[in-house]
Amino acid sequence: MTRRFLPIALAAVAAVSAAPTLPAQANIRVTGAGATFPYPIYSKWVLEYTSLHPNIQINYASIGSGGGIRQFSDRTVDFGASDGPMTDSMIAAVHGNVVHIPTVLGSVVPTYNLPGVTRPLRFTGDLLAGIFLGQITNWNDSRIAAMNPGVTLPDQDIVVVHRSDGSGTTYIWTDYLSKVSTEWSRRVGKATSVNWPVGLGGQGNPGVAATVSRTPGAIGYVELIYAIQTHTAYGLVRNRAGNFVQASLASTTAAAAAAMASIGADTDFRISITDADGADAYPIASFTWLLLPKQMTNPATARPLLEFVWWATHDGQRYAQALDYAPLPAPVVALIEARLRTLTLNGAPVLPANYGGRRR
Amino acid sequence: MTALAPEQPLARAPRVSTAERWRDLRIVSPGDAVYRVALMLLALVLPLLLLAIVGGLVVGAWPAIRQFQLGFLFRSTWDPVAGQFGALPLIFGTLYSSLVAIVIAVPLALGAAIFLTEFAPRWMRTPVGTLIELLAGVPSVIYGLWGLFVLVPLLRDVIWPVVKPVLRWLPFFSGPFYGPSVLAGGTILAVMVLPYVAAVSREVLRAVPPAQREAALALGATRWEAVWTVVLPYGRAGIFGAVVLGLGRALGETMAVTMLIGNRHEISLSLVQPGYTIAAAIANEFAEAVSSLHLSALVYCGLVLFVITVCVNAAARWLIWRVARGSAAGSAAL
Repeated sequence: MTRRFLPIALAAVAAVSAAPTLPAQANIRVTGAGATFPYPIYSKWVLEYTSLHPNIQINYASIGSGGGIRQFSDRTVDFGASDGPMTDSMIAAVHGNVVHIPTVLGSVVPTYNLPGVTRPLRFTGDLLAGIFLGQITNWNDSRIAAMNPGVTLPDQDIVVVHRSDGSGTTYIWTDYLSKVSTEWSRRVGKATSVNWPVGLGGQGNPGVAATVSRTPGAIGYVELIYAIQTHTAYGLVRNRAGNFVQASLASTTAAAAAAMASIGADTDFRISITDADGADAYPIASFTWLLLPKQMTNPATARPLLEFVWWATHDGQRYAQALDYAPLPAPVVALIEARLRTLTLNGAPVLPANYGGRRR
Repeated sequence: MTALAPEQPLARAPRVSTAERWRDLRIVSPGDAVYRVALMLLALVLPLLLLAIVGGLVVGAWPAIRQFQLGFLFRSTWDPVAGQFGALPLIFGTLYSSLVAIVIAVPLALGAAIFLTEFAPRWMRTPVGTLIELLAGVPSVIYGLWGLFVLVPLLRDVIWPVVKPVLRWLPFFSGPFYGPSVLAGGTILAVMVLPYVAAVSREVLRAVPPAQREAALALGATRWEAVWTVVLPYGRAGIFGAVVLGLGRALGETMAVTMLIGNRHEISLSLVQPGYTIAAAIANEFAEAVSSLHLSALVYCGLVLFVITVCVNAAARWLIWRVARGSAAGSAAL
């Protein structure tokens, strides 16, 4: 019996050691945590992907970008997610063992409450920085009027409303203001929460929107998704090319495509696409990222996780529009493919060099 | 205890001290020993939990404590980008908004309690009392939403235009009023602590012996004089306890306050300006605190809030103890 069993056992061992190319049939559990902004599309992806591949279970906890980076750094999750890229010091703290993979794009819009003003207002970076620094304090300021000829602006105090909770939205907004205003970058800087020079803090997108909509003269910023879904009025912003652009999914993707023109194949994807070049580019836009380890250590989850990320950045992109996220432009996807192939498990690449997506 | 170990043992039994009797009883059954140890452990769990919380807070806050030391409590910069943190505006805002809440809530709650125990017709007492207590069951976030959509517009558009010309000269009402403010946060806190203060005060007033009222009335006092000169002083320790209970709740309340207080790291006496509280800041910034110093500063804030709450409660206990030496009623209600 032993002799008859041995070849079978050997065959089984051989099959198991060859397993990196074949996902195990047992339930594979992949866990991730992080940003709340992309949570709707991440949960949609998880739902769709796990119905295609029922042996995989993916748990994503939307605990916030800060929490995502912390849990990823502590290696308590297989992947992290963040609206702001990890800083150099954070990357040094994990010994460089991280890659950022962009998944979708979001943008942030200035929203305001001016009864009687029906045409969308036009803003420039200087104007927005001046308003949020507390230097432009009345709506009838000549600097606002100069950008909005033909609009009758009321004599009304400007009430600045910002996010009080730490947020990727705030990161994108302050990243933009830091780029267009040296004074902003010196006095305030960019982060998920900053030391605001003026204004009231509202809790979350709904808090900002509710405060703006109930305070005449208020100006705040919310995610484009939120503005679209709640039919909030929002202004146009002038981009580098000098055009006033309305935020939309198309102009957000355009910003990413324009920014990619100046990005090499060796990019670490920690690129800011605010204030991007390009005639149609909306200037207050950003990627949101997944955080993956460069050297993966868990043989059970490495391959399934990368296959999921591959699917999300390819097939998964078609769910983006319906959920009001801007999909990745094609050149970015090509770069992501190359990057995913470089990730290793015990020194060997996780995905084969000719990997082109998993068949159903 | 007196039933188990009577001072006067049965007539012919030899006289034994209480301690000796207990010792004898303890030796009799090993089950008693097990029972005693189990109870002791259970009783120790809660104090140990408290110590564990303090320990956890200190450990989490340690990087910030080392960096900022006690200066943290007296500085007012809160700049996550530069890594500079000071909690003075948060401490001030926490105490100030709670004070506003107490100033608004106590007269209302006490008035309701006095009316319900002393003046209201009997059929009214239970339904109205229950309704007031039901306020305590409303979730915090509902208060926040109600505040945002009803209270703030009411304060700003209806009440403020009327009171502004009269009160503008006071430092408490200076500056423009946009809505989210210490006043809005304090008012919603008042509504939230009111049921607690009212319910406990009501129990305290009920505990005042009827003989006290009857004596006052017999001496010719009006009903109001009886309440003011006899009933309230008799229950003052208990009423004070009720206020402190409300204060403790106000200090730690988070959700409704953060939705209404404006969340601004600023110290201003003006009630119509935005402020910030410790609990609100922690709730707001914890999830997205990326740098470890920022996180640690938030835990430090939590430690400060913990110490404030413990101090307020300890001070209250001491005051109650001092007051209670003069009057008996109400101590039971605490």
